[in-house]
Amino acid sequence: MVMTTLLSKHNKKVKEDLQQMTESNGKTKISVRDLNLFYGEKQALYSLSLDIQEKEVTALIGPSGCGKSTFLRTLNRMNDLIDGVNITGDITIDNENIYQSTDVIKLRTKVGMVFQKANLFPMSIYDNVAYGPRGQGIKSKKELDKIVEESLRGAAIWDEVKDRLKTSALGLSGGQQQRICIARAIAMKPEIILMDEPTSALDPISTLKVEELIADMKKDYTIVIVTHNMQQAARVSDKTAFFLNGEVVEFDTTDKIFSVPKDQRTEDYITGRFG
Amino acid sequence: MRSFKDNVLRGLLWLAALLTIAILVTIVGYIFYKGIGLISFDFIFGDYSPTGGGGIWPMIVTTIYTIVISLVIATPIGILAAVYLQEYAKQGRLVRMIRFATESLTGIPSIIYGLFGAVFFVTTLKLGMSIIAASLTLTIIILPVIIRTTEESLKTVPRSYREGSLALGNTKLQTLYKVILPSAMPGILAGIILSIGRIVGESAAIFLTAGTVAALPESIFSSARTLTVHSYLVTQEAGDIELAAAIGIVLIVIILILNLLATLLSKILNKADY
Ligand SMILES: Nc1ncnc2c1ncn2[C@@H]1O[C@H](COP(=O)(O)OP(=O)(O)OP(=O)(O)O)[C@@H](O)[C@H]1O
Ligand SMILES: [Mg+2]
Repeated sequence: MVMTTLLSKHNKKVKEDLQQMTESNGKTKISVRDLNLFYGEKQALYSLSLDIQEKEVTALIGPSGCGKSTFLRTLNRMNDLIDGVNITGDITIDNENIYQSTDVIKLRTKVGMVFQKANLFPMSIYDNVAYGPRGQGIKSKKELDKIVEESLRGAAIWDEVKDRLKTSALGLSGGQQQRICIARAIAMKPEIILMDEPTSALDPISTLKVEELIADMKKDYTIVIVTHNMQQAARVSDKTAFFLNGEVVEFDTTDKIFSVPKDQRTEDYITGRFG
Repeated sequence: MRSFKDNVLRGLLWLAALLTIAILVTIVGYIFYKGIGLISFDFIFGDYSPTGGGGIWPMIVTTIYTIVISLVIATPIGILAAVYLQEYAKQGRLVRMIRFATESLTGIPSIIYGLFGAVFFVTTLKLGMSIIAASLTLTIIILPVIIRTTEESLKTVPRSYREGSLALGNTKLQTLYKVILPSAMPGILAGIILSIGRIVGESAAIFLTAGTVAALPESIFSSARTLTVHSYLVTQEAGDIELAAAIGIVLIVIILILNLLATLLSKILNKADY
């Protein structure tokens, strides 16, 4: 009972946030052209092409193993860490080809990432959030204090942790940890934030909090989110891309994908008739 | 039926644990029983006297010298080598061969290292029988231990830490010293503690490279005698079990102190994170 009222309240808030933002400026932030990715011999992505708009939430959905995470990780070049990965095609962010401009560090300050499982370091909350800025060479305590507070406020968790900033971040609940992870990403002042199933390990209440946060963050950031949860995609995203076997089957506004999908396979998937 | 098997298994485990503790207590108890009578201020801090009745201070100093010198050389080299093998080297045949070699090196009897040290450090490098020759030999003995344990503890650092740090725009090097090495620190310290045990326990290799001079070493280029070698010699030559046991007590205490220091150090290093 409590759950359903919470849910409907939450839906309403997210909807309102969405309405506020409908006048998204329609500028292409990320442009993907004919992207192929191979893990050694095995091809995981097949000639993907799609444009991701600035300050929108783009959801990636599709069955397990269809390449959502793989695609997401091409956007901040995290796949570079894996031996034997080969990529062809182009990804441009703000008209800059991210695989030709070799400065991965700069790319990753611009494109933040939140992982499926909260992966805070075994340090204090403060040090976790200050980790990125410190890596950029910011040393002044005053400046760091300011960034930490702003980021934690930005992730809607400041009030919960402001009295225990110097205690271990690993003592927080899973949902709090994930929001600290979001704060940690925000602290880099990125323009794009990638999220790989950020709520899949969270309870329903924490999930709602993160979803509200995402809806709220949209005014400042371009967000790409992988999710297995259809309702979540419908609630938080403007555009949805349906992945299947390493291809994008359909990519359109979330409204269309969920009400009038063009492809039979998309319909089967979102209605749950799919393996 | 199930619970019967469970109980039998539990009993066996319990017995094994008890046996291990019993053996340990017996050995330590026996040594203390035999040797405690000799322990005195003069025994520990007094000069050695070949006619009997003297102290073991020169051997304590020599032992500490060998521990410190070999750790100071082996620890940084070992950690760097492990970091290279685990984090930087392309995991191919060469790395597999190096791993196999370090693994094999841990299994070689120390007398072989001693012979090598006697030929190479003492004779070829003209260091003579000396603390430094013995310490270099010990360095070679403990290097594989430190490399192996460091590599193992680097492996246990979760991938998510590395990814998290790199995704936050940190370089590989920053990630290494800010996240990976601190979380691998307990394992690395375990390797160092293991190495201390190995150094203190060594007799043959030291005997062949540092000699047996039972006097306070003037410098690290002097020939000298460690506690373990001393213990071996007094048992062997004079059959003085009580003296050997008293030395044993001192050795146990030295190891305990060093282990406590190492643990304390790791605590301080971990605190520094916050
Ligand atoms: N490091 C890797 N090496 C080899 N193959 C991989 C690697 N990572 C993923 N793959 C393969 O690439 C394909 C896509 O995987 P990916 O993790 O992108 O799927 P996903 O859509 O994120 O799945 P899930 O919903 O389960 O997270 C899968 O077939 C997977 O087995
Ligand atoms: Mg995935």
